[in-house]
Amino acid sequence: MNSNLIDALFIFMLACFIGFEVIRHVSPLLHTPLMSLTNALDAIAVVGAIVLVGERKSTFATVLGVIAIVAATSNVVGGFFITDRMLKMFKSSRPTK
Amino acid sequence: MNEFAGSQYLIEVIYLIASALFIMSLKWMSSPATARHGIWAGEIGMVLAIAGTLLHHGIVDYKWIAVGLVLGSGIGIPLGMVQMTAVPQRTALSHAFGALCVTLVGTAEFYLRTPDVPKFMMSVLSMEVILGGLTFTGSLMAAGKLQEILPQRPITYKGQNLVNFLLFSVAVGSAVYLVLHPEAKQFFPLIVGVSLIFGVLLVIPIGGADMPTVISLLNGYAGLSAAAMGFVLNNKLLIIAGALDGSSGLILSVIMSKAMNRSFTNVLFGAFGQVQAAAAGGQEARPVHSATAEESAAILAAANKVVIVPGYGMAVAQAQHKVRELYDILSKKGVEVRFAIHPVAGRMPGHMNVLLAEADIPYDRLIEMDEINGDFPQTDVALVIGANDVTNPAARNDASSPIFGMPILDVDKAHTVMVIKRSMSPGFAGIDNPLYYLDNTLMLFGDAKQFVGAIVRELSGGH
Repeated sequence: MNSNLIDALFIFMLACFIGFEVIRHVSPLLHTPLMSLTNALDAIAVVGAIVLVGERKSTFATVLGVIAIVAATSNVVGGFFITDRMLKMFKSSRPTK
Repeated sequence: MNEFAGSQYLIEVIYLIASALFIMSLKWMSSPATARHGIWAGEIGMVLAIAGTLLHHGIVDYKWIAVGLVLGSGIGIPLGMVQMTAVPQRTALSHAFGALCVTLVGTAEFYLRTPDVPKFMMSVLSMEVILGGLTFTGSLMAAGKLQEILPQRPITYKGQNLVNFLLFSVAVGSAVYLVLHPEAKQFFPLIVGVSLIFGVLLVIPIGGADMPTVISLLNGYAGLSAAAMGFVLNNKLLIIAGALDGSSGLILSVIMSKAMNRSFTNVLFGAFGQVQAAAAGGQEARPVHSATAEESAAILAAANKVVIVPGYGMAVAQAQHKVRELYDILSKKGVEVRFAIHPVAGRMPGHMNVLLAEADIPYDRLIEMDEINGDFPQTDVALVIGANDVTNPAARNDASSPIFGMPILDVDKAHTVMVIKRSMSPGFAGIDNPLYYLDNTLMLFGDAKQFVGAIVRELSGGH
């Protein structure tokens, strides 16, 4: 349990550094799609809700879990969809010239 | 048991691959040329992770999972098809959904585990529901303000910061008590309830012009709450995704608050718009120069270099497609047209870029503030469409201005400045803009879409 916790903290720390480095290099042009993409990725929380619902430990937990799955899935689907629509619109003038 | 452990190893390996794909996904966002690979990486990672999770040995019932996934997709598709002008409120709404998921799962986990919750577990669980709860209601408020269901003006009252501070202390205090006394489970609903109220009160005093910072901040909170959920469930993929989202939101908030020369605390507790409204009260009407569409068309046609400065007003007037026509016709005449993008123009980070890209303006014409500011003295015409505070020279030279010190686009250094504006009434933030009274400034009074359309007609009619 304790070693799990320490591992988790290490992972969190490293992921934060990677996040800062990677995001810093994202072009300001793409800040809006970046936000909708990270939002879609963040909806990976759906896996927690899936396990919660699948285990059927209590009716209360199942009800909350199903609502959670609906909320997160709508972010996954909607988030990727709109990010793709936005990125399709970004065109360079150079190839056509 | 061995069998179970086997499927658990497989799931962990799948999560490992998904984590790598998520990181690659963000890395590919660094340039518009590779960004669409990023979506693919993210999607594959997501599908793998969800499919892998379904192998989890504890899952005994798939029916309700399927119901949730189908319903969620049904809601997600229309949310992915909204107009580009509605993207800020859609983003705020999706932060709310993400936070709702985290809060609900956290609540369910608490009641499944109580009273046998170790101290560390209880701490991260509290963090999960506090951040999740305030992000949920805060984002709903932000979405309501952006959709104009709620008033966009900041709502303030006496002792607001004290009330907010007390509420937050109650939430954190109850959480600390619960960590120390795990059997006191009646405190849990208090933590969730107070966080939900706190989220509402936190966003109520924030004005529309501060939305880019607030949306970024809520994005960061949503990420951190998901990471906390990862700690609770001991799910490394969730910790990584939450950390990536959290750092992204925090970096964007830092960029946004720097672009407004303000600190986080100032954005959250300052109720900016209110101060400005008071400051604008004493201004007297001063003479301005105005011009017609015909005159503006002649000046633009004679220019060599034109910089267009779009702002939120362009989005409100839906003028971006007319602006593209203007761009086309001027480019055809050999005029060099570029767009100057202030980091906080619009209602969320990168808002203007998306609107102009939607109107088919090539992204290499969209220039960031720091890159284009040096070019204004060599610019013949700076055409300001629906932007106000980001062009206000008072930010540079009037220490008494509420926006003094904020980095601005130096449009006043262009040979001619043209400002399309409905009337002389102060803009959203309520600050008077000395730019309008300069000798080289021409005010073009009218609706942005109609006025740009009229200029385009003049330009195409003349030849």
